[in-house]
Amino acid sequence: MTTGMRIGVITFPGTLDDVDAARAVRYAGAEPVALWHAQHDLEGVDAIVVPGGFSYGDYLRAGAIASIAPIMTEVVAAAGRGTPVLGICNGFQILCEAGLLPGALVRNAGLHFVCRDQRLRVESTTTAWTGGFTAGQELLVPIKSGEGRFVADAGTLAQLEAENRIVFRYAGGNPNGALADIAGIASADGRVVGLMPHPEHAIDPLTGPSTDGLGLFTSVLQAAVSAA
Amino acid sequence: MHVAKVVVDVMPKPEILDPQGQAVAGALTRLGVAGVGDVRQGKHFVLEVDDSVDDETLERVAATLLANPVIEDWVVTRA
Repeated sequence: MTTGMRIGVITFPGTLDDVDAARAVRYAGAEPVALWHAQHDLEGVDAIVVPGGFSYGDYLRAGAIASIAPIMTEVVAAAGRGTPVLGICNGFQILCEAGLLPGALVRNAGLHFVCRDQRLRVESTTTAWTGGFTAGQELLVPIKSGEGRFVADAGTLAQLEAENRIVFRYAGGNPNGALADIAGIASADGRVVGLMPHPEHAIDPLTGPSTDGLGLFTSVLQAAVSAA
Repeated sequence: MHVAKVVVDVMPKPEILDPQGQAVAGALTRLGVAGVGDVRQGKHFVLEVDDSVDDETLERVAATLLANPVIEDWVVTRA
């Protein structure tokens, strides 16, 4: 099945999960469009995935250099027009560094790189990427990160809570010491979502712990259709 | 053109947990060094800049790239 929808997947030097993200887009019924970090053209895509990895070797801070790559100027502009953007792991870090999402991701408490299957609770279903879930639904997806501890000041946290912008919380244990068990958040308009765990690795029982992650990619197809 | 050295020191904000600093503090204990209470780890940048770079530009360099204002404080010093 294909919907005719085109979803861009960005590759920076050091990106690892662009291939899996493109595969998840394809499983959801859309056409993945490979976008290179050095280009200024989004090629007319309907939504954008900023995948995980170690862009620019995580030099300076995770996501800091990537956040000012040429393609990100276009991503920031597109987000301003309401184009759905999903940042996964390093992609989440990049979206925070680019100012599309508040807060920051810092070194895990205890310093351990955490690689395991992680339960998540869906807290908000009003975003472009979670409309197909039910509130309180639990997902099982892999997490693999060393700098995944979400932090924000008290005012920002209160605002995220009040505006229902905490999208995912860790369930069954906080893997990195993240503030308020936060695994993922959304922009004020709900079009931009970032999360540390990897839904693109949980779309096929052959290669992942569940197929729960596919819901993000199918949700955005509905969101883009209703926006069109 | 005259070239000067500028130093930018970046530190995690006091309220941000610094597990790397804690690990260093723990290692000092294992080394047999007593009396070091807390360690916090930051970054030290040395920039070579010419006369065309004013203080306002240096502040922008620090605030937008060298440091993340959400989690870090910084000090710019012309050496």
